[in-house]
Amino acid sequence: MTFELIPFLKEMLSVPGLSGYEKPVRDVIARAWEPLSDELSLSNLGSLLALKRGEGPEPRPTAMIAVHMDAIGLMVTAIEDGFLRFTQVGGVDPRILPGQPVIVHATKGKEAQDLPALVVMPPAQLLPKEAGTGPLAQTYLLVDTGLRPKDVEKLVRVGDIISFASQPEELAGDTIAGHTLDNRASVAAATVALELLAKRRHLWDVVVDATVQEEVGCIGGFLDPIKVKPDLAIVVDVNFATGPGGSGSMNFEMGGGLPLNWGANVHPALYKAMEKTAETYEIPIYKDFSPSMSGTDAYGIQVAEEGIPVVEISIPLRYMHTPVEQVAIKDIQRAGRLMAEFITDLPLDFMNTVKWE
Amino acid sequence: MAKTLETPKTFKPKMGKKELELLSKLTDALGVSGDEQEIRQIVMDELEGIADEMRVDHLGNLLVTKLGKGEKRLRVMVAAHMDEVGFMLIKDEGKGIFEFRVVGGIDPRQLVGKQVIVGRDHVPGIIGAKAIHLTTPEERKQTLPVTQLRIDLGPGGSAKAKPGDRATFATKLQVMGPTLCAKALDNRLGVYNLIQLVKNAPENIDLLAAFTVQEEVGLRGAKVAAFSFNPDIGIAIDSTPAFDLPHYDGEENTLYRTHLDGGPAIYVMDGATIADRRLVDWLVDTAKAENIPWQFRQPAPGGTDAGAIHRVREGVPSVSVSVPGRYAHSAAGMARIDDELNTLRLLHAALARLDENILLRQE
Repeated sequence: MTFELIPFLKEMLSVPGLSGYEKPVRDVIARAWEPLSDELSLSNLGSLLALKRGEGPEPRPTAMIAVHMDAIGLMVTAIEDGFLRFTQVGGVDPRILPGQPVIVHATKGKEAQDLPALVVMPPAQLLPKEAGTGPLAQTYLLVDTGLRPKDVEKLVRVGDIISFASQPEELAGDTIAGHTLDNRASVAAATVALELLAKRRHLWDVVVDATVQEEVGCIGGFLDPIKVKPDLAIVVDVNFATGPGGSGSMNFEMGGGLPLNWGANVHPALYKAMEKTAETYEIPIYKDFSPSMSGTDAYGIQVAEEGIPVVEISIPLRYMHTPVEQVAIKDIQRAGRLMAEFITDLPLDFMNTVKWE
Repeated sequence: MAKTLETPKTFKPKMGKKELELLSKLTDALGVSGDEQEIRQIVMDELEGIADEMRVDHLGNLLVTKLGKGEKRLRVMVAAHMDEVGFMLIKDEGKGIFEFRVVGGIDPRQLVGKQVIVGRDHVPGIIGAKAIHLTTPEERKQTLPVTQLRIDLGPGGSAKAKPGDRATFATKLQVMGPTLCAKALDNRLGVYNLIQLVKNAPENIDLLAAFTVQEEVGLRGAKVAAFSFNPDIGIAIDSTPAFDLPHYDGEENTLYRTHLDGGPAIYVMDGATIADRRLVDWLVDTAKAENIPWQFRQPAPGGTDAGAIHRVREGVPSVSVSVPGRYAHSAAGMARIDDELNTLRLLHAALARLDENILLRQE
C-alpha cells in the first residue's frame, strides 16, 4: 500500500473523534499505520501506538512521537420541543457556532444513527432582552436535526456527542481547510515520518502515538509515556499562523517553516539537536518562544515518571478551534521529514549528549 | 367565490430524484443581488421550448409568458426573486486575503467559521476567526463586525478572484429526514415553484412568470417587471421565516410567524403590503376545497415582491404565498418537503380555478 498524504488527511478530517470518543478517527489512522509499522497496540484509554523497531542491539532506546488525534465538539444536555441544548467538549468559542453544520451521534434508537444537523440561533424575540445583538451565550443556542420532535425523542438522548460536519476543502497555495486540522495535520505529519522510516534503516525503536483527550487536559499525554517508557519524545501540534486574527510576534507564516518550541516544556539539548537536523537537511524552522507553556501533550510527557526530555515541532495553522482551520500541506511534509531525518540519524549513545549545560 | 370552471386537471407535485436535482442546482448556485446570472441561466435552460415568450429586461429580470386558451383570461403575474443575500469582495490585501461587505441582510454573527464560494468559478474560501486561545473574555463578548473579518482563499488566491466579485456560503443542499437543508431556500424554493408552475401552467389564465432580481436590496426587480407585464393580479411566491423555536425560559412562543409542517403561509399583511382580501379568501377557499394544509403568516414586518407589485401603474391587487423556512439569511436554512409540495399544490390549484369574477367583488 502506498500512503497518499492528502486523501489520508481528508479522510481523517471527514470522520468524528471527539475527546473520549476517538474510535472513528483511530480506525482510519490504524489502517494507514498498520502496513508502515511492526506492531500496533492500544493504551487503556484508547491511544493508538505504532511500534517500528530499530536495528540496534537490545535493549534499544526508544523515541516516541506524540500527536493527539481527538477533536473538540459538543454534547447534548437536554431535548426541548425536538431541539437539542448542548455543552462543549474542549474549548469552543460560541461565536463560531451559529449556522454550523454538525452531526449528532444519536444512540437512543435500536441502532446508533448519525443525524446531520445545524447549530442555530433563536430569533431575538425568543431570547432575554440582555442577550441583545452581541454574541449569544452557548446556553441560548440550539441544535436542529430537521426531524420532527417525536422522532428526535426516539433517537437522541442526553450525553450523545455532536461533531463538526464541515467537509475539508483544498484552497489556493496548496493549503487545506477543515475542522480538526488541530491536530490531525500532525497525525498526518507523523504518518509521513513513519512512511519514510519504513524504507530506512535506523538504530532506535520508534513509537508513534496518536494520543487521546488532549483537548480536555492532555490525558493521553500524561499516561502514554508511562506505557511506552521512551528515552525521548517528539511532540507535534499546531501553532498560530499569521493571518486575519493573528499578526503578532508569536504568529508564524503558513508554509514558511516549522516553529520549534524554545521554552520550559522542552529540553534545550534536544532543541539544539533538532535545530541541527533542520539545518543539515535544509528544512526551514522558526525559533518559537514559548516562555512557560505550549498547552500541548509536551507538558504531560515531560513530567511523566522520572521526567522525559521533550522536543516540540509545530505546524502553523490559521483560525484555530474553528471549523475552517487552515494549514499548508508543505508544512506537514516538512514536519514528517524533519522527524524521520532526526530519528534516522540518532546514534545509540545519543542520550549521553542530552545534558544540561 | 364563484367557481365557474371545470375541475382543474390533476397535478401531483413530488420531490423525487429529478426534482431534488433541480432544486439543489438552484440552491447551490451563486446568485447574490445584482449578479443573478447563474440562476437566470438555470431557469432559461429549464423553460426553453416551454414558454411562449422569454426575455431578460434591463435590470436582469427574466420575464416568461405562458399563454392560456379561451376567452377573457386574466393576466396573472407570479413573481419569485432569484437573488440571495451574500457578499462582495472589496479589497485584495494580497496572498488571497480579501476584505468584503455584506449584500442584503445577514446577521454578522452568522459569518464566522464558514466556508464560502467566490465568483463564477466558485473558488473555495473561508471566513476564519481569531483562535479562542488568543481572545480575551472581553473580546468574546463582542460580535466580530464584518469589517474585521476576511475571506481567505489561501496564498495564491489573489490570482483567482478580484474585488467586485460576489461570494456566498458554500453550503450544499441535503435532505434531513422530512426536511430540506440548504442555503438560499429564500428564495430558490420560490424559483423552483415558479418553474414548476410554468411547466404545468393551467390554461384558464395567462401566466406571467417574473423571475425577479434585487429583492433582497429593496424589491427593485419586481417594480419594473410588474410595469412591463401590466398584470390584472400579482402573486409573490417566496420563503418566509418560521420562528417556531422554543422560548428560552419555556414560555409559550406566541411570535412564531409561521410553523414548519403548517403548510403554505398565506400573507394578510406584512411590512410592505396589505394583501388584497379577495385574493386571500381565494387562496384559503382553494386550500379548504382541495384539503391542503395552510396557515396565515402572522402579520408582522418583512416584505416580499408584492410590496412593489401592488404599487405599480394604477395599482395591482396582490398577495403573497410562502414556504415556511427556518434560519433564512444564514449559511443554511431548513424547510419541510411537505410544506414545499403543499405550497406548489395550493398555487396550482388556486390558479386553475381563477377567473375574472374574482375581481368583481367590491372591497
